[in-house]
Amino acid sequence: MKALVAVKRVVDHNVQVHIKPDGSGVETAGVKMSINPFDEIAVEEALRLKERGVVTEIVAVTLGEAVAQDVLRHALAMGADRAVLVEAHGELQPLGVAKLLKAVVEREQPGLILLGKQAIDDDAGQAGQMLAALLGAAQGTFASAVTVQGDEVEVVREVDGGTETVALKLPAVLTADLRLNEPRFVKLPNLMMAKKKPIEQLTADGLGVDAAPRLKRLKVATPPHRAPGVKVNSVAELAQKLREAKVV
Amino acid sequence: MSVLILAEHDGQHLKQATRQAVTAAQAWGLPVHLLLLGADTAAVAGHAAQVAGVARVLRVDAPQFEHPLAEDVAAAIVNLARDYKVVLAGHTAFAKNALPRAAALLDVAMLADVIAITAPATYVRPVYAGNVLATVESSDPIQVLTVRTTAFAAAETGGAAEVVTLAAPAASGLSRWVGETRNVSDRPELATARVVISGGRSLGERFEEVLGPLAQLLNGALGATRAAVDAGFAPNDIQIGQTGTVVAPELYIAAGVSGAAQHLAGMKDSKVIVAINHDPDAAIFQVADYGLVADLFEAVPQLTAALKN
Repeated sequence: MKALVAVKRVVDHNVQVHIKPDGSGVETAGVKMSINPFDEIAVEEALRLKERGVVTEIVAVTLGEAVAQDVLRHALAMGADRAVLVEAHGELQPLGVAKLLKAVVEREQPGLILLGKQAIDDDAGQAGQMLAALLGAAQGTFASAVTVQGDEVEVVREVDGGTETVALKLPAVLTADLRLNEPRFVKLPNLMMAKKKPIEQLTADGLGVDAAPRLKRLKVATPPHRAPGVKVNSVAELAQKLREAKVV
Repeated sequence: MSVLILAEHDGQHLKQATRQAVTAAQAWGLPVHLLLLGADTAAVAGHAAQVAGVARVLRVDAPQFEHPLAEDVAAAIVNLARDYKVVLAGHTAFAKNALPRAAALLDVAMLADVIAITAPATYVRPVYAGNVLATVESSDPIQVLTVRTTAFAAAETGGAAEVVTLAAPAASGLSRWVGETRNVSDRPELATARVVISGGRSLGERFEEVLGPLAQLLNGALGATRAAVDAGFAPNDIQIGQTGTVVAPELYIAAGVSGAAQHLAGMKDSKVIVAINHDPDAAIFQVADYGLVADLFEAVPQLTAALKN
């Protein structure tokens, strides 16, 4: 069975983001970019399924400008077999992403489609569910354990107040929670080897997909700052302050 | 045109998140309808009809909704949504799972975790782990969104909505429910607790022993950092942050929490923040109203004792 993993290039999670002076967006020029951490977990899960003999081939896919190839190289260095870059310009929103991915899924016919549960830049958490909807496929979101059994995949999902286990007909769309696995480190020889693996280039237009944004961003702003607090010297003083603030 | 709210319930009562969504729904000045999906929603429909601000309760009873799955929930929403201007729900795991699927089937965009509705189709939502607030305008014919529950007060009772029973679409057959594990607790629900006591990895195995008595005393909920959860010291569902639960209690006490951006995204709208940490340079002190540099294993029990008197 083939697995397709969608990965996104985002501002590295350790970077303190800054808003552009004109308030039109977040500064990304000259900022360290990385693979979205949830997507790295999705790649790792595909690799583990391959090591268990469930998956035979792993295809990594990303959407965006040509520079997004670097996250595909990362996925290839982790162990993905080949990669697809769908060149698309301008802002991509989850519905557009889902439509582009649907076109790639129809070309590749994977049995499992893996994504991260959300990207750490737009925090939308929608692409996987939207893709499953467009494909008419079952979805296993916020997955913390994945087991393929026959023509079904059993998924343990992180939900409010505990976990839930569902069984989905294949092909299915899964989105990875942080707790699904611990992604492996990329070793230098693998990075060198990844340079020889193929990256196929497609374009949004070539796939016949209209991925234009539906939502218009009017502005971005920094959240209101909290007034600086005080350091107290003892537990007794802390207890007194909390009583004065009438919160205990 | 009206507003449709995807209700969440435990078979008896509506979840707090749904009452908060009812408050958010008043922003449009349109009639508000609650969609109740379940195996038998008779009891919960009675409660739902009393929520102030709700005009109509739509009951859809079907066997597949005993444990509602995204495939069936989205189908039920899509069945109705074309007659609505807005489809919304609280930003919970249930809605995060089902609403994007419904939005895609309706070919409209979705807005997640909205914290303010500034005009009928203009919203403010946090991005980049809450470090940036984006104002976004939607031009779609149906507005599909989830609202951050802590940003809206829960609707009170006192209403008298009509209750209408509707037929369910056929079950999708794509997925089936296998089982669940629930973390049972007699403490208040984390997302809505008035007081939250949270701990980091440094608490180790003594998480409950050290923080439990203070939570008990203040009738608070326990929360945890991702590190504490990953290390197995606290259950997953009490993780606070960008990838866990977002809380905004009146009092947030962080013990042994360094204050990573991921964690701050989940608690920095709390009214009063207290930090207890032995590291005076910990980032948590920058958002704390009251900071105490101390060993939490001594300070937390002392604070519990001091507040008891």
